[in-house]
Amino acid sequence: MTALEVDLAGIKLRNPTLLASGVMGETGDSLLRVAVAGAGGLVTKSIGLEPRKGYPNPTLVELPDGYINAMGLPGPGIEAFAEEMEIATKSGVPVIGSLFAAIPEDFASLAIKMESYGAAAIELNLSCPHAKGYGMEVGIDPDAVHAIVSSVKDAVRVPVMAKLTPNTHRLLDVARAVEAAGGDAIVAINTVKAMAISVEARRPILHNTTGGLSGPAIKPIGLRCVYELHEAVKLPIVGVGGIESSRDVLEYMMAGATAVQVGSAVGRRGLKVFREICDGLAEHMAANGLNRLSEIVGAAHVH
Amino acid sequence: MFIEARITERIRSGRGITTLLFDRPMEAKAGQIVMVWIPGVDEIPMALSHISGVASITVKEVGQATKALSALNVGDLVGLRGPYGNSWDLTPRRILAVGGGVGMSPIMTAVEAVNDRSRVDVAIGARDAGEIIFEERARKASDDVRVSTDDGSYGIKGTVVSLADAMMREKRYDMVLGCGPEIMNKYLLKACNENKVPCQLSLERIMKCGTGLCGSCVIDGLRVCVEGPIFTGEQISRMTEFGKCKRDDAGLKVKI
Ligand SMILES: Cc1cc2nc3c(=O)[nH]c(=O)nc-3n(C[C@H](O)[C@H](O)[C@H](O)COP(=O)(O)OP(=O)(O)OC[C@H]3O[C@@H](n4cnc5c(N)ncnc54)[C@H](O)[C@@H]3O)c2cc1C
Ligand SMILES: Cc1cc2nc3c(=O)[nH]c(=O)nc-3n(C[C@H](O)[C@H](O)[C@H](O)COP(=O)(O)O)c2cc1C
Ligand code: FES
Repeated sequence: MTALEVDLAGIKLRNPTLLASGVMGETGDSLLRVAVAGAGGLVTKSIGLEPRKGYPNPTLVELPDGYINAMGLPGPGIEAFAEEMEIATKSGVPVIGSLFAAIPEDFASLAIKMESYGAAAIELNLSCPHAKGYGMEVGIDPDAVHAIVSSVKDAVRVPVMAKLTPNTHRLLDVARAVEAAGGDAIVAINTVKAMAISVEARRPILHNTTGGLSGPAIKPIGLRCVYELHEAVKLPIVGVGGIESSRDVLEYMMAGATAVQVGSAVGRRGLKVFREICDGLAEHMAANGLNRLSEIVGAAHVH
Repeated sequence: MFIEARITERIRSGRGITTLLFDRPMEAKAGQIVMVWIPGVDEIPMALSHISGVASITVKEVGQATKALSALNVGDLVGLRGPYGNSWDLTPRRILAVGGGVGMSPIMTAVEAVNDRSRVDVAIGARDAGEIIFEERARKASDDVRVSTDDGSYGIKGTVVSLADAMMREKRYDMVLGCGPEIMNKYLLKACNENKVPCQLSLERIMKCGTGLCGSCVIDGLRVCVEGPIFTGEQISRMTEFGKCKRDDAGLKVKI
């Protein structure tokens, strides 16, 4: 075990940085490139039952400290995704299959397919803030989440992670529902519901009017969620939201994250961000006499 | 960066081809692209057709968004996001710049950026005379500008690839720059390989985010909006999808 290695719900990661869902995750070749760039694991684009075009453009707004996106869950559908997984699983790092659906049965049948494609784990998208009938619309109801996690747990053997939304006052209830249903990890957070307006055009910029805010703008929200989740459940937590540097990762780990995901920084910093983070983590460990990253998980819980 | 810009000038460059100049400059390099928002309609990728002084795009009408964009008037508003992507490498000594149809747009900025009439030659081609654009602009920036049309209605009769091929046989070039439909790029690459001249070609795919996140613009895992839109002949020769297939809005492979 090298210093940066972490164990996430039984999955061995060479380092704690995973590619976040929806970023360069729609094709096998682009996933491969992220593995080569140094990511410890890859999460695919959220895949559904059928091909989906997503929303018309504009689907993304660029802000000084982040993005607002309303892609609308475009994707080739689970059947065609077999081909992409065949390529992605050659990367040598765990590939986690992200899924979206509206009802437990559909989540389960998608998960069975993903597992058969070689996914090391399943990530349930219970949190996309802009797709009608999916994501956050099902993910803010603890009972619905319990039913989805239970049915997927019954269907597959690989670990099942639930990705949660910060756009609710019931985050901790939802997380407890994941734990009670036998889920293996919690991923937090997905994007924060937001919008942008053009003053000159006097209208919203995104075609979908609202979208999800990501990037450094949401890091304090992600940190708060991970911190609270760490006190509410025993499950390992994957921290996501605005991570661009090793310091960001250390903050998330001290809040309670076992591993992290990086999304927007791939656009803002480039693919080199994975190596930069890992180099920074190794330096911090050496300077502070740490043998394992797990030593700092939850370290900020002093009260 | 996102800016709101107004149209200051609208020039008919060819049949169904319109150049729109904006009231805001844009710090960009030749070959770079912007995402152009037409409020209430769509947002689409466009190469910049002027980069020094004013910024402009040159639009060919092919569908709903390009028609709406072409119909905008002086004073109308668009949103501009970018510039995105890489730019032409203009360091090689003798350059042949090849533009097919509206593909002349990023080729023209390259020719002007070379800023030495004797170092860069230009081959302009289109289906017919109506779609030949920027001939005068090219003649101001290059000593040797030649024109071809598929139907012979103007210039030499034939494709712009056969024109470029003839120029490569006649003169020595250190680099070819190309932009046009994928089928043109495909044969141009072949001609460059036969004449042993390295090339850079500007490619197109569906673009959504423009910033390297969504992955909709990939060709064999390379993003047109980050690693492209300009790729070297060597990169393109290694692509399995170039000239054969592209991804649709859902990310499904479709034949070209
Ligand atoms: C890097 C790049 C640079 C470009 N530069 C120019 C330019 O300088 N001048 C110019 O006239 N055109 C340019 N285009 C092409 C232009 O973006 C498309 O013609 C335009 O998006 C078509 O939209 P539409 O609604 O009019 O047509 P549609 O009817 O929607 O489509 C017509 C064709 O355009 C393609 N297309 C549609 N939407 C997109 C999109 N979001 N991204 C990419 N392709 C799309 C479709 O696949 C189809 O082949 C460029 C494209 C790319 C990728
Ligand atoms: C363009 C884009 C597409 C995304 N698509 C998905 C998706 O399909 N499924 C999902 O669970 N999250 C998706 N996300 C959310 C990210 O995975 C991540 O949770 C969020 O962006 C916060 O992390 P970041 O600040 O590092 O980007 C997307 C984010 C962006 C920017
Ligand atoms: S348009 Fe290139 S990655 Fe989104």
